[in-house]
Amino acid sequence: MVRKRETKTHELIRRFRYNKSAVFGLILILFLVFLAIFAPFIAPHDPTPSPPELGNSLKPGFWSNESIPGYPLGTDMMGRDILSRIIYGSRISLTVGFIAVGIATALGILIGVAAGYYGGWIDNVLMRITDILFAFPSLLLAIVIVAVIGQGLDKAMIAIGIEYSPQMARVMRGSVLYIKEMEYIEAQKAIGSSNTRIIFRHVLPNSLSPVIVYGTLMMAGAILDAAALGFLGLGAQPPSPEWGAMLSESRFYIVSGSWWAATFPGIAIVIAVLGLNLLGDGLRDILDPRLKE
Amino acid sequence: MKWYIIKRLLQIIPVILGVTIIAFSLIHLAPGDPARTMLGQHATQQEIDQIRAKYGLDKPLYVQYFIWLGNVLHGDLGRSILSHEQVTTEIASRFPNTIELAITAMIFAVLVGVIAGIISATKQYSAADYTVMGVALFGISMPVFWLGIMLMMIFGVFLGWLPIGGRIDLLIPFHRITGLMVLDSIIAGNGTALVSVLLHLILPGIALGTIPMAIIARTTRSSMLEVLRQDFIRTERAKGLSERKVIYKHAIRNAMVPVVTVIGMNFGMLLSGAILTETVFSWPGVGRLVVDSVYARDYPLVIGCILVFALVFVIANLITDLLYTYIDPRIHYD
Repeated sequence: MVRKRETKTHELIRRFRYNKSAVFGLILILFLVFLAIFAPFIAPHDPTPSPPELGNSLKPGFWSNESIPGYPLGTDMMGRDILSRIIYGSRISLTVGFIAVGIATALGILIGVAAGYYGGWIDNVLMRITDILFAFPSLLLAIVIVAVIGQGLDKAMIAIGIEYSPQMARVMRGSVLYIKEMEYIEAQKAIGSSNTRIIFRHVLPNSLSPVIVYGTLMMAGAILDAAALGFLGLGAQPPSPEWGAMLSESRFYIVSGSWWAATFPGIAIVIAVLGLNLLGDGLRDILDPRLKE
Repeated sequence: MKWYIIKRLLQIIPVILGVTIIAFSLIHLAPGDPARTMLGQHATQQEIDQIRAKYGLDKPLYVQYFIWLGNVLHGDLGRSILSHEQVTTEIASRFPNTIELAITAMIFAVLVGVIAGIISATKQYSAADYTVMGVALFGISMPVFWLGIMLMMIFGVFLGWLPIGGRIDLLIPFHRITGLMVLDSIIAGNGTALVSVLLHLILPGIALGTIPMAIIARTTRSSMLEVLRQDFIRTERAKGLSERKVIYKHAIRNAMVPVVTVIGMNFGMLLSGAILTETVFSWPGVGRLVVDSVYARDYPLVIGCILVFALVFVIANLITDLLYTYIDPRIHYD
């Protein structure tokens, strides 16, 4: 029994290694995780020095003769090192992505399992509620929630978590409906296992694959939305080195030719989202061939 | 088919009611006295008393909801706290701008996406295929607002080819008729205005259209590849039909079914993206309005925008569903 499980894990790892885009996505994400963990050691400067060094305001980076040594990506309008801010920003974006998807998954599992496993009127009521939440374009739902609970990074996380919960609920419900019909669940019922036991011991562990796949893809969306809220001034607030907020602060300076301050935070967002999209697509191919497009 | 349409229309009603309940609770979840929230800081006691009476703010919550809903159904969403204009007037003046932007983006997304997808599928594993798929992958991973800023920087600031914001060159006289500025300048026969309006649409349209374009390109490619593998295509080829004819007369038509669904599903994403694109390009649309009103805690206006967005979104999804049955007669709903 134990050996069999081992071979299955080995097989998954083998399939993962042959999936080039998944490996590439994982490398990108591990790179960002590394930056986030070791930010204080890697970043050459303080991301939010006080008082600001306004004398260094909007200096270009390594490509220009006017650059200041030690500031490879240039400085923003407050004279802060853009590279250091991007490195520290990876902490914010990864945290937001992780917590928002955590909230969405917790809510989604709760709603999805209740709806799928118990069926009947519970299913009907819960699915109508998700229908209503689906009537909002995704980012708008997050904005609506922010309008109620207020602005700021912590609130943006909650808003994005709620925004993605109906999707996770649908995924879980579909998965539970499929597993519920399996013979071993029927067997469990026949030997008198309680619903709680069946759900926790059998239904949940077997619906792990779609949660992992969609969770990864949702994390890409969550990071994008958090950056969008930061950009709109509804998420992380300055002087936080959040990538979206950085973009929003520096976009007005492109007119005077300072293109770097708005360009690099965007590239950081692209790397994070691209990495998660590639990893998610790859995991889908590996874990759940049924879901393959 | 007729019954399916009726059934789908009926299904919308509880969803829309749910949306109004969420919108209504916004007034009550907002900090402060709802009457004051609706009227703003400078309201007199007399005005506040009037609103209290009108919305029955002393009555139980569910009674208040039905009174509010009645007012909404009569097109009365209250007044904006900031501008003191009717919320409906504010939204009506900005809605055409958002629609024009969304249509431009969709035209770009469908044209480029479908063509790129077809090229990709017919020349699978070629350099063109890899380029299209690479661009599409970046397309879905890019923040709309960043792409907008980059386009603005390159084509507006550095090259100076296109305007970086707004709807029209402010020096050009313009008369508003329908609010759709492309249409208005055509009706007025105003060529200068038309050119200026179209130039102002290009960058925001591309910025907003890129994500749907990427998704449409990917869907078109996989759908075309699937169709091209089918037996009837082999038969056509065996009949001696030219490859062009096989692809353009037979394959594309069959490959478009999933593409239409994807186009419809992306409409919601377009609305979300419009909020960001309008912010980047100082576009006076509903998307910008909703952000500004959240920022200013102008709740009547927030609620109005939410209702409009949700309504448009739900209707777009309905149309997608119906179009889907129309295009593919094999699909039957009971």
